[in-house]
Amino acid sequence: MGLFALRRLLLLVPQTLGVATLIFLVFRWVPGDPALIAAGPSATQAQVEAIRRDLGLDQPLWVQYAVFLRGLSRGDLGTSLSLKQPVTRILRTRLGPSLVLMAASLALTIVLAIPSGVVAAVRPHGALAQAVMGVSILALSIPNFLVGMILMQYLAVRLGWLPAAGTGGLLYLVMPTLAVAARLVALVSRTTRASVIEVLNEDFVRTARAKGLAARTVLYRHALRPALVPILTMIGLQAGYLLGGSIVVETLFAYQGLGQAMITAVSLRDYFLVQGITLIYVAGFLLITLIMDLSYAAFDPRIRYA
Amino acid sequence: MRPSTPGSATRRRAGRLLRVPAIAAGLGLVAGFVLLGFFAPWIAPHDPTAQDLMAVLQPPSAAHWFGTDDLGRDLASRVIVAARADLTIVILGIGLSLAIAVPVGLIAGFIGGHTDRVLIGISDAALTFPSLVLAIVLVSLFGAGLQSVIVAVGLTTAPALARLIRSLVLTTVGADYIEAARAIGASPVRLIRRYILPNIGGRVIVYTTLMGSHAMLTVTALGFLGLGVQPPAAEWGNMLATTRTYLATASWLLLAPGGAIVLFIFGLNLLGDALRDIFDPRLLWRP
Repeated sequence: MGLFALRRLLLLVPQTLGVATLIFLVFRWVPGDPALIAAGPSATQAQVEAIRRDLGLDQPLWVQYAVFLRGLSRGDLGTSLSLKQPVTRILRTRLGPSLVLMAASLALTIVLAIPSGVVAAVRPHGALAQAVMGVSILALSIPNFLVGMILMQYLAVRLGWLPAAGTGGLLYLVMPTLAVAARLVALVSRTTRASVIEVLNEDFVRTARAKGLAARTVLYRHALRPALVPILTMIGLQAGYLLGGSIVVETLFAYQGLGQAMITAVSLRDYFLVQGITLIYVAGFLLITLIMDLSYAAFDPRIRYA
Repeated sequence: MRPSTPGSATRRRAGRLLRVPAIAAGLGLVAGFVLLGFFAPWIAPHDPTAQDLMAVLQPPSAAHWFGTDDLGRDLASRVIVAARADLTIVILGIGLSLAIAVPVGLIAGFIGGHTDRVLIGISDAALTFPSLVLAIVLVSLFGAGLQSVIVAVGLTTAPALARLIRSLVLTTVGADYIEAARAIGASPVRLIRRYILPNIGGRVIVYTTLMGSHAMLTVTALGFLGLGVQPPAAEWGNMLATTRTYLATASWLLLAPGGAIVLFIFGLNLLGDALRDIFDPRLLWRP
């Protein structure tokens, strides 16, 4: 396990480098001229040329790539064209709120979805089981921004319980979290139900029951741990949704996170800022995948990495 | 005794599938939207772009079933015309995805070796991007609009589909009946057409259906973010984006575009989940 973890961690270095190269190439392929955009509509040809020299865009591709890599190794991702600030400084202020939103959504999912999925598996004909299966397919059909708009309409506009938009204390976090988590709760509770039902039919559960253990002990001490592996897989597969979904929801609620900054940067054609934010999202995605890989082994003793 | 032709067997199987309520309901909803989109210009009761500044933000009435928007345009007509834009994007986007992923998956799985490693390497590189992040980057590079969104849907869904097809091919290639067919001299093309495709087709259809519901979420999200189809052209996502400003006073604006998105995706999910239970009950993941 230790060796596997180490090897998996070391793999992160070439992976990040590869992805950074890919992002560099994709952004150099952009049809619009960033210098022209940075200069503004009223700039003269000479001013545009000066800006192009400033940004290093007149250099050959491999020189630009070398500059990009040298910056990357120093934690320098260039300067935002619209905000005239280092990209890394913007990322630093925007990363926190996004991480809080994603962590809150994930926590809400785990707290709501796993218990309701377990109950639905243990009592397959109970009211909760019916609700888990019935409501979840509907919840999977509603885009997160629509969930957010409906929440906004009722909880903020009509009832006035919550602030409609913005970033601030805990109250500002409630609606964005619910909007991001709705889909995850639906998916994870369905997966939990299916997974627990499958494990309850296994031989070792029958043995545990035959030993005369209480149903509760069988469920919590024997069945739940192996059942967690597919649940973790499902959560891991939804990591991409968590990152992408937060972009849309942050934009809806004017929540000052990375996603909202990315959409603003895209609309202003702020090339280096979009590039920097993309890099952070992809690096975050790689990191989540790594954590998922490592946590499988911790939950299912049958999984061993040589 | 007459031997039954493959055609009649397929028709019998299709008939049985239609008797599953979820499949019939899902197919009905999806087909309804396809017809709505196809005949949109003839069905729409009003001109979807005609402004009536004397009748802005009207609540639903007999003349305007879902009310009017901030420029006095009939929402029912706009939602119907938007169905055409949204369905065109999803169908062409999925088509593009299949056009890339089916050959790539088949070749990678069937030939293997270096070809496989290169093709899978490329799709893995694309899969390091969260799909909506990649879609946003692609659309911002190509410029917002219908064509860009089609390309973004195709390119963001193709890698996972190619990987799925490759893994399905790998599980069938080792089977005895493939070995037997090879032994009697079947060409690779015949092997793929006669033996591999019919075996993996069901699961590819299941996955493509669920991919369609995911694609619609992406398309409307891009529209909502202002990166998809540009106003004044109607699209469900961009219609909801305009709603945001008037939500406090005119909440019915949500009803028509929101309802259309939910019903369409619900139909595809019903269909996809029911088909999955039949073709591949162990398939856990969704696009």
